[in-house]
Order: sequence, then structure tokens, then C-alpha cells
Amino acid sequence: MAMIDIRVKILRYQPGQDAKPRWQVFAVKVEDESTILDVLNEIHWQHDGTLAYRRSCRSSICGSCAMKVNGRNVLACETPIHRFGTKLKIEPLSGFEIIKDLVVDLDPFFEKLKRIKPYLIVDRPMPDKEFVQSPQQLEQIGESTLCILCAACSAACPSSWPNSDYLGPAALLKAYRFVFDSRDDGADDRLEIVNDKNGVWRCHTIFNCMEACPKKIKITEYLSRLKLKVVENSL
Amino acid sequence: MKIEEARNHHTIDAVIVGAGLAGLRAALEVAKSGLSAAVISKVYPTRSHSGGAQGGIAAALANVSEDSLEAHMFDTIKGSDYLADQDIIERFVNEALKTVYEFEHMGVPFSRTADGRINQRPFGGHSAPRACFAQDITGHVLLHTLYEQCLRHNVLFFNEFQVLSLLLQDDVSRGLVAWDIRAGGLHIFHARAVLLATGGYGRAWKVTSNAHANTGDGVALVLDAGLPLEDMEFVQFHPTGLYKHGILLSEAARGEGAYIVNDKNERFMKTYAAAKMELAPRDVVSRAEQTEINEGRGIGGRDYVYLDLRHLGQQKILERLPQIYDLALNYLKVDAIKEPVPIQPTAHYSMGGIPANVRTEVIKDGKGTVIRGLYTAGETSCLSLHGANRLGTNSLQDAATFGRIAGIHMTEFCRENGFAELPAKPLDVAQGKIDRLWSGQGKERHAPIREMLQVNMTQTMGVFRNQDEMLKMLAVIKELQERYRRVTVDDRGAAFNLDLIEALELENLLSFSEVIVEGALARKESRGAHFRSDFPKRNDGEWLRHTLAWRRNGKIVLDFSKGVVIYPQYQPQERKY
Repeated sequence: MAMIDIRVKILRYQPGQDAKPRWQVFAVKVEDESTILDVLNEIHWQHDGTLAYRRSCRSSICGSCAMKVNGRNVLACETPIHRFGTKLKIEPLSGFEIIKDLVVDLDPFFEKLKRIKPYLIVDRPMPDKEFVQSPQQLEQIGESTLCILCAACSAACPSSWPNSDYLGPAALLKAYRFVFDSRDDGADDRLEIVNDKNGVWRCHTIFNCMEACPKKIKITEYLSRLKLKVVENSL
Repeated sequence: MKIEEARNHHTIDAVIVGAGLAGLRAALEVAKSGLSAAVISKVYPTRSHSGGAQGGIAAALANVSEDSLEAHMFDTIKGSDYLADQDIIERFVNEALKTVYEFEHMGVPFSRTADGRINQRPFGGHSAPRACFAQDITGHVLLHTLYEQCLRHNVLFFNEFQVLSLLLQDDVSRGLVAWDIRAGGLHIFHARAVLLATGGYGRAWKVTSNAHANTGDGVALVLDAGLPLEDMEFVQFHPTGLYKHGILLSEAARGEGAYIVNDKNERFMKTYAAAKMELAPRDVVSRAEQTEINEGRGIGGRDYVYLDLRHLGQQKILERLPQIYDLALNYLKVDAIKEPVPIQPTAHYSMGGIPANVRTEVIKDGKGTVIRGLYTAGETSCLSLHGANRLGTNSLQDAATFGRIAGIHMTEFCRENGFAELPAKPLDVAQGKIDRLWSGQGKERHAPIREMLQVNMTQTMGVFRNQDEMLKMLAVIKELQERYRRVTVDDRGAAFNLDLIEALELENLLSFSEVIVEGALARKESRGAHFRSDFPKRNDGEWLRHTLAWRRNGKIVLDFSKGVVIYPQYQPQERKY
């Protein structure tokens, strides 16, 4: 462990004060094992209290601290600075309105989730105990339930940028998660919802979402299976 | 700002503070009844720290071996070092199975047995494999599932709001005042019933598994309102915090068979808990670990030991414990398949909190006098279900079960009671807090004060405590409280003012930390997670009782009149594992 000098360029925006976002450079001394979040905390606590960013769990499960570092969408808390060297360029996620500095308005992101009926729909009577679901059936959806709704995928998706109506990878992944859940009876509804120009068909398998996902979920693959299901269902 | 500004004045049947498991479960219950329910949270709901829970949720389903409600009850009583109230535990174990099946029916992707039922794994202090789990992301999937159900049932969400004062008068709750973090500005929430479900208070420590958000805001609000807190000195240190970071590596690792070893590669738990070994309760394991470190048997003589998963093999590690594997790799560059993982005790769970009865109604004294319309559930509450030490996987069960119970009683209360009138000048307390930080002339900053509090709490209020150290800690807190009066913030903007929020949180940390230290100083015994080197024995004769603490005229006042509910068949015994 050693202290190193790094140069951190941060995109700042203070509403009511800045006409548009501007870059600010900080020269800071940090431990070489620091994470991006450690660096932001150091700046906020020691250099400039006005810096705003989101963070909470510090252990890559809450999804608060997704942001763009040197062009990559990452979770600040789990990303060591040595991945990028001594020059950092930190910006908010693309495609969302900036509230302040690195904090973006994620309301539209969460609103999209609601469109796909993001909850288990059961039309049969509930069993006394649990539903029987085999490990193989669970395997179908297991990885998709890892999603932490950090929005790194949607912010990396070129199909999402020009079209704010597109459901985007996270909401579509959630649709996949329920359509392929052996306990769910709501597939017909959801498949109809995603069978739309702003649904699965707006996904052009660009793979950016997969590369951006901090949980390494194979999003593009699941969206392709969802497309296939839509086709099967409409035959 | 005027109250008449309609935009900032909300009238809602039930207002729930906190969007973790307890808060969301309560909100769901109220919303399903047709009443209006609003959840106020500092963060987007899925960011709540219930999502950080990894290993499982306890319920005696007996899916993989024999188990019983009685066994769950006894294990919890013994785990609590006999300080838990047994009527609360009885209600808890009786509701636990229902809670898990209900979660499954809501869509929680539990890991499965070969025949398709909910899988269960062993956990510390439980006498049977009782932890229902989803890999090692159990809290995450429970939280997201509840959030989904809340969306389905039209729960209202006020995301990124910080509650600054409770509106109480004549022992009746009337609502609260909160700061809109995103846009700035105070909002009044006028409610028939209010639930405090704000989580734990672990951010008072430097080394902690807790999220940045876990600043004990709920307990501080209650203290501010002139109400007592209970058993605040009982804070659990989790034995497997990731070295230096303090973040959680689930007990599930040990449930699946991982070892803890010292510098001599010895499984040292054989000296401390020969029967249960690594699966002794957390207070026992953390003390053992700290003893090894203090006596020079940490790795290389340093302040950590090893969690060794290697013998579990690659397949089991990646299938059952993928998050643990990733955390060790990302944060310490340690490949847990090939290398042991450095760990140390980390401040983890707050057994103490806001006193309440089995109906989750907040009480104001040792006799159990109720504050009408005010409820509490989850980690911020002290019912007391966990007593002096909580068992792993009982926390998710606690939050969900008592969240539901809170929702049921709040619904009843709302149906029977109107909106109690707001007190005169409801904004004054909250406005005062903001004004002081914005227009004060002081030169102090919040960050160094918080750092000094946290470093000292970790040094003096950890696994082992003694009078001299705690008296020093009390003096530090007094000095920091004095310095806090001169704190101002750099950021004077309305929108997403993190500087302001952190300063407000620090006021809370300084407030309840004093209660923790005063309670720990007064309790001259060792019980559960509270261990005093100068009083190393449990003393049931004098201390089988709860601690209640108020702030009156700037001083902490303690009261020990609240006894422990003990059933004849579960009398205190010596606690061995």
C-alpha cells in the first residue's frame, strides 16, 4: 500500500448556477488500493463539499453508484483506480437528465419497469406451502434476478439514447425474468407489451448492455430468448 | 416556507419511513387494504440495505432435515443470551413459515432442493439447517420482490427524502417533516399512522458492514422527540468482515463449511466453542477472533485472520457463494478458490433501538405506555427479539414478519382513528436544523468530526470494552458534540445537497452514540455482544433487564425498570456452544 498522486477530472453541474455542465480538475493524494468511491469521498470530504454523487452499500449490491469513468460505466464502489491509472475522468451516466454533478434523474428508468408488470402473476390458487420449482427451472431465471437496477446497461445502450420511449435493457430483462419463471401466469400479457417497436424489437444486439453490466448478466442473450418467445407466442 | 403551499403538504393514511424489508412489507399490507400508504426513503427503495443481507432467512420449514418451532424459539433465546423477550420470539417463530411461503408466492427465486422445494443451509447458533436462501443474495431478491409487489399495489414513493422531525403531541403521532433531497425544501406529511423502519446505526463505527445510509436516523428522531431508546449498547460485530473494508462476507460461507484459521493455520474455534466450531453465534466467534488477534496470532501478527473456503471446491463456491467470491476478488484481489480471504470483526447489526410492544406500537416507558399512531419495525426497533445477540438469518425474518404485523395494526388504527391535528408551527424544528447549517458562522466541517467519532468508536466500543476506554469515549463525544455546534456546510444549493445531508446525519450519529456509551458504561456485566473485560461474567441477578435511555435537559437518563419476559420453560442457563 502506498500513497499516490492522481488527477481527477469530474463533470460538474449545479442547477441554477451553471448554464451547462463543466469540467473541474482535482489533484488528490490517495492510497493506491483506493476505489473510485474512495476518491470521490476524499474529494467531497477534504476538498470540495459541494460535490454530489450517490452511494450507499459499498459492496456492489445496492446499485446507487453507477457512473461513467474513463468512458466505461462502472459501480464506483467496486472499481479500483488501478484499472484506469492515475488520470480519471468521471461523468454521470449518459442518457439521463443531470440533477446535479454525478446525480442523474432515474425516475424515467424506474417508470419503465412498471410498464412490463414487474411482479409474479399467479392465476391459480396458491399452494399451502411453496410452489415446486426444479433447480433446472430456477436456472432459467437465476442470473437475471441478480440485476441491481443500477441503470449502467440502459445508459450504455445506443438504442436508448435517441428514444426515451424504448423500454431498454433493464426493463426487458425484468420481463424475461417473469416470462421464464415457471410459477408465472402473466407471460401472454407481458409478451404483448414487449412485442412493440419500443419493446424487444428496438434491441439491435449491440451488446453494450452486457459489457456495462457490473453483475456480468448476459442481458443480450436473455433479450434474444425473449424475442424468440414473442415470435413463438404469436404463431 | 409556508405550510399552505399545497405541493409540500401531503395527507396520507399511513406514512412509512424506510424502504427496506420492514418498511416495504408494512406498506404493502396497508396498501392492499385500500388505504393510502407512502414510503419515504433517503434512497431509491432497491438501494436499501436489506439488499446487503446475503445468507438467508430463518424458518423451520424442515425441508432438508428435522426442525421445529420450539427449536427455533430455544435457539433464538439462547442466542440472545436470555435478554430477548420470549413472548416476542414466540410470535416471531409462529409467523416465520408463513412469511417465507408468502415471499415464495410473491416470486422470490429461492434456491431449490433436488425435488423442487426451498433449500435450507446451516447457520450459526441454529440447531438445524434453517436458513432459506437464494445463493448468497437472499436480501437482494427479497427486497426487489417486495418492491415489485409495492408497485403492483400502488404504494406511493417519496424517494430521496430525509426525515428531520416527528410531529408528536400529547403522546399522539401526527406525522413528520422531511427534506426533499433532490429538489430541496421541506415537506409536511400529515398521517394517521407513522412507521419508523430506518434500519441500523452501524455508521457510528469506522469498520462496519453498514451502508452509508445506516446512520440511525430513526433512533435519533425518537430521542429528539423526548422518547426513550432501548438496549442501545448491544451492537453485533460480524466475524467475517472483509479486511480493511469491513463489508460483509456472509456467514453462509461457514454454513457451507468454510473454516476460520489463525497465523498457525489452526481452526482456533476449537478452543472457544468445540461443539459448534465456526457455527457458534457471532458474538462468540468475533470474541474468539479478536482474542487471537490481540494475542498475536493474527496473520503475520497483524489485525486479521483468514476465512478459508478452498476445500469447498470451485463448483460449490461459484454456485452457492458467488457474491462472496466476487467481493474478495474485486476488493482484495484474493481468489477465494485458491487463497484464504483476510477477515476481521466489523460492526454489523443494531440489537438496540426504538422500544415497542408485540403489536409494534412505540412505547414511552418501562410500563409499556403506547404513543398512539407511532410504530416501528425491523433493525431500528427493539421489541426485543434479539436481546443481547442476534442469530444470523433472524434479521430478514424479523424485518418481514414484524413489517407485516406493523402493517396489520396500522391498518386497524387508521380505520378507527382520524387525522390528529398538526401541532402549531410544525416546520420549526426541521427549519431550525437547516438554518443552523446554512447560515451559521462556524468554521467546523462535518467530515473530520465524523471521522474522529468513527475511529474512536471502533477503538473503544468494539468486541471488548472497559470502563477507562468508555469514559474516554464519552469525553470524545462531548467534545465532538460541542464542535458540531459550529459546523456549517460548503454547499448552500437546494438540489441534491449531499453536504447538508451528511451534516444532518452526523448530528444523529453524535446523538445516539452517547446513549450507546452511557448504556455500556452502566451495564457492569458481559452479555451477548456487550463484553466488558472488567466485568467478564453475565450477571442475571442485577442485569437481566432492559436498558431504557432518554435525553433530558441535554443529559442521558437511564432506567432499568423494564424487565425481560421469560417463560417458565426457558429459564436462563449457562450459554455454551
